[in-house]
Amino acid sequence: MNEIPGLFNYWVVVFLMMAGFYVVISQGNLVKKLVGLGLFQASVFILYITMGNLSGGQAPIVTEGVFIYSNPLPHVLILTAIVVGVATTAVGLALIVRIHEAYGSVEEDEIHALDMADDDTRLQEGAEREESSE
Amino acid sequence: MSLLDHLPILVVIIPLMSAPLCVLVDRSGAAWGVALAAAWLSFGAAIALALTVATSGTLTYQLGGWPPPWGIEYRIDTLASYVLLIVTAMAALVMLFAKQSVPREIPEQSIARFYACLMLAFAGLAGIVATGDAFNVFVFLEISSLASYALISMGRDRRALNAAFQYLVMGTIGATFILIGIGFLYMMTGTLNMLDLAARLPEVSDTRTVRAGFAFLTVGIGLKLAMFPLHLWLPNAYAYAPSAVTAFLAATATKVAVYVMLRFMLDVFGADFSLGDMPLNLILMALGLVGIIMASLVAVFQDDVKRMFAYSSVAQIGYMLLGIGLASATGVGAAILHIFNHALMKGALFLALGAVAYRIGAVTLGDFAGLGKRMPWTMAAIAIGGLSLIGVPPTAGFVSKWYLVLGTLEQGLWPIAVLILIGSLLALVYVWRLIEAAYFGAVAADAPEVREAPASMLVPIWILVAANIYFGINTDISVGAAMQAATMLMGNGG
Repeated sequence: MNEIPGLFNYWVVVFLMMAGFYVVISQGNLVKKLVGLGLFQASVFILYITMGNLSGGQAPIVTEGVFIYSNPLPHVLILTAIVVGVATTAVGLALIVRIHEAYGSVEEDEIHALDMADDDTRLQEGAEREESSE
Repeated sequence: MSLLDHLPILVVIIPLMSAPLCVLVDRSGAAWGVALAAAWLSFGAAIALALTVATSGTLTYQLGGWPPPWGIEYRIDTLASYVLLIVTAMAALVMLFAKQSVPREIPEQSIARFYACLMLAFAGLAGIVATGDAFNVFVFLEISSLASYALISMGRDRRALNAAFQYLVMGTIGATFILIGIGFLYMMTGTLNMLDLAARLPEVSDTRTVRAGFAFLTVGIGLKLAMFPLHLWLPNAYAYAPSAVTAFLAATATKVAVYVMLRFMLDVFGADFSLGDMPLNLILMALGLVGIIMASLVAVFQDDVKRMFAYSSVAQIGYMLLGIGLASATGVGAAILHIFNHALMKGALFLALGAVAYRIGAVTLGDFAGLGKRMPWTMAAIAIGGLSLIGVPPTAGFVSKWYLVLGTLEQGLWPIAVLILIGSLLALVYVWRLIEAAYFGAVAADAPEVREAPASMLVPIWILVAANIYFGINTDISVGAAMQAATMLMGNGG
């Protein structure tokens, strides 16, 4: 049973990842979808940070009397990934603002219904055009 | 060091640096000039690279002078130089086209930022191809993807916004899967350099971690390249994006994702592991075939022509996956060849659709009635591009399908060869619907007066059409490079 406390971080990663993924899929509200996406990405950050850690390792700053250091590379990598995540969230939120301006809603099913209504009017116009050409 | 030694980084850095410059000049004409110059300079650098690689073999470049595996290494081999050439050439041609198309579709005050995004997307795609570092692939992938989300959302239809958001969600999931996969590989090998990874993976390839990493990478890249059934983002994104963006992304973005697939599966993991120990060959072949048939069927029933060709893109990606799934040098060669030929035909088709949208404002099938007489040059380009899509000789599309069928027959898989032909017949059906409307349909009585597209649009379209025919007749360059790249890829794995 040593595995569960030893792998605690990885269990957290898996839980967060699945929770975030589930929210992205199941929620119809675009903002909530983005929150789920953020959670999903955050789980990967923890995965990387955990893999760089050594048991008993110190922060990777050279000091006397310390012989075990954590691997700094995954931490640096994940800084980049965090920046990417922030950028993604920003672009996503900007899109949501524009969607709200254009549709007056951020609910997926309402937007879909509005699009369907658009399609119907367009098809009608097309049919009228074809009639006039005959 | 002379300037020539820096070519591998110049291809990426020129468009990257031009993006902030576009924002700084902030005038539509000047921003177009900057972007045009950057695209053509980058194209020139890619040509020089391809020539160097052809004569003296694989080029490597150490960023900041740090030797790998500590520093980031750029590696340009035959495959990379080939794909770089496609990406930069398409960017250069699309920029020519954009001059008149973009002001019609993008509000004046956003044009400079539009070009900045286009250049960022371009820099990201070029970077993915040039880099030899696994994590760098993720970073460039996200640079190009984030820029594409913004570009797609600039379409005139409000549905472009929703399409961009869907793409953002699915694209981010895909990229995060790739990140997880790379993390697992790093866990087992302690390196991110692709060459190093390829050398160290065989020792540990029998572990669950590597297999999980492999699975995450496959699904992540599959999302990015719109592998059936992960293609749901693509049709809307292509249909509602501005014309120039659709042409650029259709000709480059999914192609680069196929390149990433080839690079990771055949180079990093090795063909023996991916296509032998893991059942990826069967998965790719099955999904490729289903994609070809299903997406072509859906395309037949589309009334929006842009959407129709977007579904056709999903089908064409199926051909590429099928080629990789064959796991032979001929099959992989056919897939690489199809990357090139498909960029030519879809580039020509989507640019021609952009010209139609420029004159008429919409591209539903009804709008095409009688267009053969009213826009003869544009319609002729669509007709030839369509023939290439079907795979009629002497067009480029025929050559890649020919090699694909050869690859299946080599292994005695004639039912698959039959399915490929059925896919081509379906392409004939949807292309024919368009041709019928354009050449045999009556012009609506109240239709507005329509003139031929301006010359600045026709020139890039016809350059691509000419390339479609040229590479259909003279196959030495395209086939030679594709087969050489395929042999190298399959050879590395044993």
